[in-house]
Amino acid sequence: MFSNPDLQKLLFGRLTLDAVPLHEPILLITFAMVGLGGVAVLGALTYFRLWGPLWRDWFTSVDHKKIGIMYIVLALVMLLRGFADALMMRAQQAMAFGPNEGYLPPHHYDQIFTAHGVIMIFFVAMPLVTGLMNFVVPLQIGARDVAFPFLNNFSFWMTVSGAVTVMASLFVGEFARTGWLAYPPLSGPAMSPGVGVDYYIWALQIAGIGTLLSGINLIATIVKMRAPGMTMMKMPVFTWTALCTNILIVAAFPILTAVLALLSLDRYVGTHFFSNDLGGNPMMYVNLVWIWGHPEVYILILPAFGVFSEIVSTFSSKRLFGYASMVYATVVITILSYLVWLHHFFTMGSGSSVNSFFGITTMIISIPTGAKIFNWLFTMYKGRIRFEVPMLWTVGFMVTFVIGGMTGVLLAVPPADFVLHNSLFLIAHFHNVIIGGVLFGMLAGITYWFPKAFGFKLDDFWGKVSFWFWLTGFWVAFMPLYVLGLMGVTRRVQHFDDPSLQIWFIIAAFGAVLILCGIASFAITLVVSVLRREQLRDTTGDPWGGRTLEWATSSPPPDYNFAFTPVIHDHDAWWDMKKRGYARPMQGFQAIHMPKSTAAGIILGVLSIVFAFAMIWYIWWLAAFSFAAIAVVAIGHTFNYNRDFYIPADEVVRTEGQRTALLAERV
Amino acid sequence: MVPNESMPVKTLRTLALLPLFGLLSGCNMVLMQPSGDIAARQRDLILASTGLMLLIIIPVIAFTLLFAWRYRVSNTKAEYDPDWHHSTQLEVLIWSAPLVIVIALGALTWISTHTLDPYRPLSRLDADRPLPAGVKPLSVEVVALDWKWLFFYPDQGIATVNELVAPVDVPISFKITSATVMNSFFIPALAGQIYAMAGMETKLHAVINKAGTYEGLSANYSGSGFSRMNFKFHGLDQAGFDQWVAKVKAEGKPLDRQSYLALEKPSEREPVRYFSTVENGLYSAVLNMCAVPGKMCMNEMMHIDAMGGAGKESHGNRERLEYDNRYAEQGVEAPAATVGGSGRESHSREQPEGMKPKSIAPDVKPDSAPEHSGHDHAGHDHAGHGGPAGDGKDSKGSDPIAPGQLNR
Repeated sequence: MFSNPDLQKLLFGRLTLDAVPLHEPILLITFAMVGLGGVAVLGALTYFRLWGPLWRDWFTSVDHKKIGIMYIVLALVMLLRGFADALMMRAQQAMAFGPNEGYLPPHHYDQIFTAHGVIMIFFVAMPLVTGLMNFVVPLQIGARDVAFPFLNNFSFWMTVSGAVTVMASLFVGEFARTGWLAYPPLSGPAMSPGVGVDYYIWALQIAGIGTLLSGINLIATIVKMRAPGMTMMKMPVFTWTALCTNILIVAAFPILTAVLALLSLDRYVGTHFFSNDLGGNPMMYVNLVWIWGHPEVYILILPAFGVFSEIVSTFSSKRLFGYASMVYATVVITILSYLVWLHHFFTMGSGSSVNSFFGITTMIISIPTGAKIFNWLFTMYKGRIRFEVPMLWTVGFMVTFVIGGMTGVLLAVPPADFVLHNSLFLIAHFHNVIIGGVLFGMLAGITYWFPKAFGFKLDDFWGKVSFWFWLTGFWVAFMPLYVLGLMGVTRRVQHFDDPSLQIWFIIAAFGAVLILCGIASFAITLVVSVLRREQLRDTTGDPWGGRTLEWATSSPPPDYNFAFTPVIHDHDAWWDMKKRGYARPMQGFQAIHMPKSTAAGIILGVLSIVFAFAMIWYIWWLAAFSFAAIAVVAIGHTFNYNRDFYIPADEVVRTEGQRTALLAERV
Repeated sequence: MVPNESMPVKTLRTLALLPLFGLLSGCNMVLMQPSGDIAARQRDLILASTGLMLLIIIPVIAFTLLFAWRYRVSNTKAEYDPDWHHSTQLEVLIWSAPLVIVIALGALTWISTHTLDPYRPLSRLDADRPLPAGVKPLSVEVVALDWKWLFFYPDQGIATVNELVAPVDVPISFKITSATVMNSFFIPALAGQIYAMAGMETKLHAVINKAGTYEGLSANYSGSGFSRMNFKFHGLDQAGFDQWVAKVKAEGKPLDRQSYLALEKPSEREPVRYFSTVENGLYSAVLNMCAVPGKMCMNEMMHIDAMGGAGKESHGNRERLEYDNRYAEQGVEAPAATVGGSGRESHSREQPEGMKPKSIAPDVKPDSAPEHSGHDHAGHDHAGHGGPAGDGKDSKGSDPIAPGQLNR
């Protein structure tokens, strides 16, 4: 590989100035806007002298609450990118009929739908879920941080590095044009020799390391760090779903890592696992990628189920109906999610007994899922339901999600799938469960736990505006896709001949605009709430009449979460404490042992970006150099024994004293 | 859904829904009004499954809205029981109700998956007519190319591009493969789809019951020309079909390997083409990925493997087992799946950096290249068992082909 005498190739690999797409006006405008926005943000940070605090208090922080918030910020930023892709697709499909080619040629359109899928799953849904679990789980189980605080920071920065790698493909080179799962042989070296698939592979590999490590971290946290008295069957339901999700992550993500590693070998070393050549077989890739891919769906939805369970019981002011059956349903879904992957490719020619088996296992998952829906329903029954914004999301979810679940079971019937597979019906189905389930759940969770994180509630009016735009936008955008699917229209199509389809695409595009209004209203909610934070201030730490332990501490919680580790007697621990007339301890505070911030995570993250970039562009010297640097920093960090400190007792006394004063003010 | 709904509200709702129905009836929901028996049975299955599920979905939605309304905080008349959280009867109900539905649906799934297995020959023409005795199905061999469809009619000895014709009420037996990446063969009005994959053959049995022209397409994304990879499927009566065959025979050109290899190069928006005759064994060669002279056929490889493989000696077969670089080897490349930002074309002769340079890579000494181009091994004597192991340069003098090759 070093035999090439050409110095430029040695230094820059296959990277040339042509790789910057200056000939694409759409990208140039994006480039300019991102550039201006970036300069504005960097300028503001410098002007307000925020670099120091940002670095000290956030980037290098190992505090699970801050890392959770940063995950969610990352997800919301990436949501804008992913949604911009969605709008572009909707616009293209609404106009490209007959003689009109639309404004996106195939090579651009194909990148956009690939990027949309990859970004929405890996860099929006995943960080939302991980962020929420990171923030909430330690608080819910009465812990002071996660089990491995540095690992948590490192995981976050690896996820950011993956996101940065995807974003870089916008401006240097191209992204994959293969669909979000990059099926070979299309994604192999012969059919896709460009850098697109390499961007895809390295972005997912790097982010995947972060996801896997954070999964291990949260499992260890939940298993080992629960407050005394909190047996498994007294854990809050959100923590249960987080546990199951992280078990799924730890069991599923290595499969993705392995299958992408095999694809990388095909692309870099000339092996033939998945090519047509030398006896390679793409069907192997399709199987492996879905053995990861289906559990991934449950990785995303289970925490959303957990969020809804917390919200529905809090806002119904009533104990959750059927706690035990909720837990068993979650565990059953966790196990069954590994037995259904083949339903993603009934049409690959398996025998009818194999297809039936996987179809029926898929249907069986709907039993525990249905039980969950009924449990939420009967939690509302004989409750006192307050329709605050999180509860609106929950009811919106219940009505929307059952439709998505129904179309999902329909797709699990193999002969029905033969006509619906790859159609817009399928697209409508999975957006129905991912938007109506995961996204509604995450937005509900953000609204619900926002006062815990920042000490003030989100603005109610704009929150409701956002909810109604999202809900109607979702239905207007995706119901036409169900219809189009029944009209035999398939996915990933850049141009249509039949003009009678156009009206449906126009309706869908209008729905996307409504969702845009929903996103804008959510942004307005954040801005308005920050401006009105004094009116929205919550001094109690328990703004909703909460039931679980996170509401026992102040909002925002102190660095150490709980001055004294609480003792648990019942599930809905905080509700139980309130009922038994729990009195906050006022004295006897001791120094608290805490982990120290470290820059190792962000340094490793940056080096990973460099490594990925070098691998993508075949800059071998830089790849070797950055890989060595990663190893040196990682090993070097293990010799850093200066990783903990004590919050002195008098500081704890001061912090708790302030809270006592605040609580007294209220009364 | 709310029981005491007044009549005017209902009327209003019906009026509000009218334009939607208008829109729905205006469009052609081909999956709901198919013209082939298999697709019709798939439609029935969709409706039956949806009906079964609505038995549970509609009450759930109704109760969600009802409870949400009834137990709102401002309705102080409603009962409030903050500690009610368990009821064995209800638990049994909420687990068993979906279970019953899934048992029914599961039975439906098991039976329908077996009866509608695309590999299973048809047993009836439609709901009222069993298959007449002694009817011979129309056999069609389908090849997905970049980005068009090639149809062989082995019994008629003809082939077409991007046009499929079949007589009404005659079972059609499709054999489907791909000469490129994965595609999916789908005629919504006729039957469900099935993947087309290189080196492999999938099957589909179907029948068209109504004369007409229908859409056919690739349902699985396959690269830049994918959106235009559609064709018309015509259902004709027997006389019309015979006429059409005669027309293809009269107007078409012969399809031999040479013209096939020209045809399979990536191209978009291919017009309909007719081929009056087809070289013997061409479909089998395409299926076995050895239409390019010199390439090893899959069945040959499987034979070698079945005999225990060829160990080190098979190294000489390496080049014959590489199929996806064929355009590069001919020195004719058409733009394909990944032009654009990278400035590189797909099906590229260029090896990704870091792979071992092969004889076709540009940095090989010019004197060795010509001997290897073209893969015309006719006239060589294949007495030697396998070329020396190593790269292309070493093997240029000796012949790299292992014994027993079928494809010369």
